[in-house]
Amino acid sequence: METSEKNRTYWRKNLQYLAILLGIWFVTSYLCSIVFVEQLDKLQFGGYRIGFYFAQQASIWIFVGLIFVYAALMNRLDKAYQTGEEAEETE
Amino acid sequence: MNVQAWTFVMVALSFALYIGVALWSKARSTGDFYVAGSNVHPIVNGMATAADWMSAASFIAMAGMISFMGRDGSVYLLGWTGGYVLLALLLAPYLRKFGKYTVPDFVGDRYYSQLARIVAVVCAVFVSFTYVAGQMRGVGIVFSRFLSVSVETGVLIGMGIVFFYAVLGGMKGITYTQVAQYCVLIFAYLVPAIFISILITGHAIPQLGLGAKIADGSGMYLLDRLNGLNEALGFNRYTDGSKTTIDVFFITAALMLGTAGLPHVIIRFYTVRKASEARISAGWALLFIAILYTTAPAVAVFARTNLLKTVRYEQNGELTDVKYEDVPTWFRNWEATGLITFNDVNGDGKIQYRGPKSDVQNELEIDRDIMVLANPEIAKLPNWVVGLVAAGGLAAALSTAAGLLLVISTAVAHDLLKGAIVPTLSEKRELIAARIAAGVAVCIAGYFGINPPDFVAPVVAFAFGLAASSFFPAIVMGIFSKRMNKAGAVSGMIVGITFTAAYIIYFKFINPALNTPENWWWGISPEGIGTLGMALNFIVAIGVAAVTPPPPAEVQALVDDIRVP
Repeated sequence: METSEKNRTYWRKNLQYLAILLGIWFVTSYLCSIVFVEQLDKLQFGGYRIGFYFAQQASIWIFVGLIFVYAALMNRLDKAYQTGEEAEETE
Repeated sequence: MNVQAWTFVMVALSFALYIGVALWSKARSTGDFYVAGSNVHPIVNGMATAADWMSAASFIAMAGMISFMGRDGSVYLLGWTGGYVLLALLLAPYLRKFGKYTVPDFVGDRYYSQLARIVAVVCAVFVSFTYVAGQMRGVGIVFSRFLSVSVETGVLIGMGIVFFYAVLGGMKGITYTQVAQYCVLIFAYLVPAIFISILITGHAIPQLGLGAKIADGSGMYLLDRLNGLNEALGFNRYTDGSKTTIDVFFITAALMLGTAGLPHVIIRFYTVRKASEARISAGWALLFIAILYTTAPAVAVFARTNLLKTVRYEQNGELTDVKYEDVPTWFRNWEATGLITFNDVNGDGKIQYRGPKSDVQNELEIDRDIMVLANPEIAKLPNWVVGLVAAGGLAAALSTAAGLLLVISTAVAHDLLKGAIVPTLSEKRELIAARIAAGVAVCIAGYFGINPPDFVAPVVAFAFGLAASSFFPAIVMGIFSKRMNKAGAVSGMIVGITFTAAYIIYFKFINPALNTPENWWWGISPEGIGTLGMALNFIVAIGVAAVTPPPPAEVQALVDDIRVP
């Protein structure tokens, strides 16, 4: 594969990952925790109302998870790209 | 030992630790000074970033604000963590791949413009000074309350410590002291939270205690009990919000975008070896931050419950307000600092603490900032815990102050002096200039700490608004749009900043009397307006770029290069 073609594939894949992960980010923080918080608060989980739980606990852990998932996905993508940074360092 | 002796021991031990670490990690080159030689391990960097980010506001003030705001406090929890997702996904890896030292470096090179570089420098310095003044103030409050020295002496001691390791060690010294400070601050935050969680709910993990039943055999959930207590005194139910949905939405977004655009956070990702480490490092940073940020809402609820139970309790089956002569020692101690004030309006010698919905007039004012510091005393925890919390508050304030001072000195020595005025400056002289700039910045910050301007609180909204409406769009478009050019980016930044600044200045300084929801545009408060400024920045930049020539080929090649591993 030609370099420019390879770069384009790599970038397109990266943008796909970003779209999915930022979608989840938006749903948890803005939809579950803010816009639909009243509706979700009608459901209860132990002592927590679900909307309140999203806003003050769950969203934060989901954020942490999103970053680690992205880092793992990109590491895999970097490997597939082959001219990874390891190779660059030995140049 | 009493509280003061314990505090002295805890603070002295922690300071000795920071100085030892600083001596061990002295900077020898500009690379060491600006970015710690770019070979910091991602987990270490994550920990340092967490300490850098969590300031006196996070440690001392946040749980207190949530405690009084209830569900509305979510804006801080979401806003100050969600920004890391943007940082890790949209900014940090690419800026690391770009590989220079600072944000103005990137803005200046990507938009091939000295004007853009200087706008970025001015924003970076302004945002950092705003922040640093608040940290020094936090240092002063901790010293004056727990070590009975004056606020001035407290600030001077704090300045001395920061001066020592920031000027000597630069980013390298700061990185490793921040790691030590993270350990001190997280330990100091968790210990009282765990103690109080066990006392109230029987759960050792505060995050679980928050959703658990009270351990008094009543079988009631803690949050339901607090809702009841709040309502009985004429406050909103704790788990209900009083801000409008649109305002919460915009404030959260402004805090997130501002967090992602704050230069002292971004600069930390230049210290790891490569782009992939910048990604994972942001994950570690947020994990370390999340430990404190998910504990904070629990601390807020515990503190609020304990506070309400102190001022109004059951006696012979009837609820009664506490008599002023019966208040506990912590109440008197904080009263002496002026952060709790009691005004016996009806002259019955009892403290009526009431909310806006009550018919009885409120007689008690409690500063939100004292909740975390007073919490261990309210819960009657041992004295060493109180001392530990004081040391933790200082760790949070000092670590953030050091990170900010480094941004200021880098901006002045590297971006302004070397980047714009004397490009031929030798590395050795640049390093001297950076140290002098750091020294001067410490002194200015100390001055503001001792003579706090009235505008510290409102300018924090400014700092986030500006970062959200200037840096964030400029950097994101610089990476994700090859077509974005100088004219677009500069006009976008100027429109974004001007709009945001004008709105905040109007409502906060020129006409504070009009700062009410009826007068806000679309119900958006000045705290949240940065989000709209950001949107304007994007629109103007894309519009202007579409009708002006694309950037030169070498800049497009630069963008291609930072996008691939």
